[in-house]
Amino acid sequence: MPSNPSLRTHQQAATNHELSGSEALNDALTLCMERDPSTLIIGEGVPDPKGIFGTTDGLRQRFGSKRVFDMPLSENGLTGICVGAAISGLRPIMVHQRIDFALLAMDQLINNAAKWRYMFASQANVPLVVRCIVGRGWGQGPQHAQSLQSLFSHIPGLKVVMPVFPDDAKGMLCAAVTDNDPVIFIEHRWIHSLRSEVASEYYETPLDKARVRREGCDITIAAFSYMTVEALHAADALTRLGLEAEVIDMRSVNPLDVPAVLNSVAKTGHLLVADTGHENFGVAGELIASVARQGFELLQTAPASICLPNLPCPTSHAWAEHYYPTAINIATQALHLCDIQIGRVQHHELEKLRPTTLPDIPNPEYCGPF
Amino acid sequence: MPSINEHELLRRMLRIRRIEEALATRYAEQEMRCPMHLCIGQEASAVGVTAALAQDDHVFSGHRAHGHYLAKGGDLTRMIAELYGRVTGCCKGRGGSMHLIDQSAGFMGSTPIVGGTVPVAVGAAWASQLRDNGRVITLFFGDGCFEEGVMHESMNFAALHQLPIVFVCENNAYAVYTALEDRQPQRPIHSIAAAHGLHANSLDGNDVRAVRTATSQAVKRARTGEGPQFLEFQTWRWREHCGPDIDDQLAYRPADAQTVWLARCPIQHEQNYLRSRQLLDDIAQRNMENIIQQEIDKAFEAAIDAPFPSAKNMREHLYAQ
Repeated sequence: MPSNPSLRTHQQAATNHELSGSEALNDALTLCMERDPSTLIIGEGVPDPKGIFGTTDGLRQRFGSKRVFDMPLSENGLTGICVGAAISGLRPIMVHQRIDFALLAMDQLINNAAKWRYMFASQANVPLVVRCIVGRGWGQGPQHAQSLQSLFSHIPGLKVVMPVFPDDAKGMLCAAVTDNDPVIFIEHRWIHSLRSEVASEYYETPLDKARVRREGCDITIAAFSYMTVEALHAADALTRLGLEAEVIDMRSVNPLDVPAVLNSVAKTGHLLVADTGHENFGVAGELIASVARQGFELLQTAPASICLPNLPCPTSHAWAEHYYPTAINIATQALHLCDIQIGRVQHHELEKLRPTTLPDIPNPEYCGPF
Repeated sequence: MPSINEHELLRRMLRIRRIEEALATRYAEQEMRCPMHLCIGQEASAVGVTAALAQDDHVFSGHRAHGHYLAKGGDLTRMIAELYGRVTGCCKGRGGSMHLIDQSAGFMGSTPIVGGTVPVAVGAAWASQLRDNGRVITLFFGDGCFEEGVMHESMNFAALHQLPIVFVCENNAYAVYTALEDRQPQRPIHSIAAAHGLHANSLDGNDVRAVRTATSQAVKRARTGEGPQFLEFQTWRWREHCGPDIDDQLAYRPADAQTVWLARCPIQHEQNYLRSRQLLDDIAQRNMENIIQQEIDKAFEAAIDAPFPSAKNMREHLYAQ
């Protein structure tokens, strides 16, 4: 986990506390449900002893069984039911413990939730939040570790966000719940254990704004979801090699905050995009295309991307380090983009980025089983 | 119904139990790095059902598939190697516990997205009918899966075309931590299958002989053109939904129900049956245990000795070559 001080928010200390990602999400849900009695939460396992990785702990006890629901294993039906509740004045938050189960609900998400406002000319709101958790590591494999942000982002009418750090997770979940359109809220499983200072009170963080997490003048690294963590690690190593990387946590996928990236590229001239999804037809390619269309003259070199290979996720942990790119891949690519040869010094610095834990777990404490 | 010797149902259940227990014990070593759903307590449905099938019949399953794979004759070493992420595994390391396959034994695949294999099994039954090869398809799923829309779409199609398939619902009353009564209204699951036009039946899933007899009758009807069959077996999962441990301390299931079901151990039930008829003594049982233990030890050893997959073959198998 990065110890970079730029990760800290600069709220007043008295109102801050350090939270994990799952605690921050729990905090956001609690505050949203307190503020607005029309908010309800439903999902397989929401009130159970594990509480969706701790994010829904205590909600049933606090808000009762008429607002905090478990559900039958009926993802498509229940999504449509939530759309119906949403157009009828409620604010449902649906949860999928793995985003792969949201695929069962694609008809209702794409044909109804995403279209309702447009096809009926804004005569109804669809204030629906769908929290989807992306698995990684410990053999999650082909059907429990997919990164599907580009799939959802392709659909006009859906908003898609991917916060990383606890302060953003909280603020963006609050904003998503208040939003009057359907929001796909994608949580990488490994963000749940990240920690940062989080303001105690209710606040909203925009759903369409990237955030510069580290300033630099030599290269722009625009990162999505957990790749922001890897990008910040990479930036530490690059500094020691004389390269100042600007790291942008994109936070939102649809809409993409292209102006934020253009601003940065105007300064650096180099763009590297790191995404947790597949490369083909993906989010990284979309961002690069947007920058090329709108700011071609700002680029000194062709942009590059670091993504998952165009393969389903294989289960064996022996493949984890080959399947998932990390800080080393980002830093290496950044050096290439800036035309810095990788000699002995660079190699030594890059090697220091190699994870000290096994590559299929986020921290040494993690020991499965899911 | 294929003929088997008197000890065989017990031996097959005991073998699955001991394999699952060995997996649970060794899981703590953190060398099997994948989610794992053990079937301890539910061995009778796996063994009773598959003991009524022909070698050439096909089986599909879901996330809790070890027992179904093994009972159908799936290779033990290749299953364990898969759990250890080895290249010799039944999916060459791509699948892990939640994705098993041994087509040579008629085990055609298991996947963990609930309901995922339901229409696939119906499609296999459709192919069997269209090709008129006499094969019956069996599909294992749980009470939770019965809530998926695709379940009902699949039963409808199977009934419409009178397909040769046996739907086997292992009703263990919980989906992860959520009780059946919090997910479905008070009515029998099998009655909904009957309303779809399936020949439906419900019985004690921990009585391996009853399971086998009921399945044998269902398979016969399916094979002779009487259409899809539905068997609901009442059973109980002894350990946590996912992982190696007993999780009774979480108290999501009533303690008295747990006690009742532990007393209804399918293996103990079959042992009692055999012993009361003087068909099993201590020596025979000890021999059975020893042979099973030797097989398990050997399989673990072979699985662990096998190499990990290499970076260069990660890209294989995405498309046909």
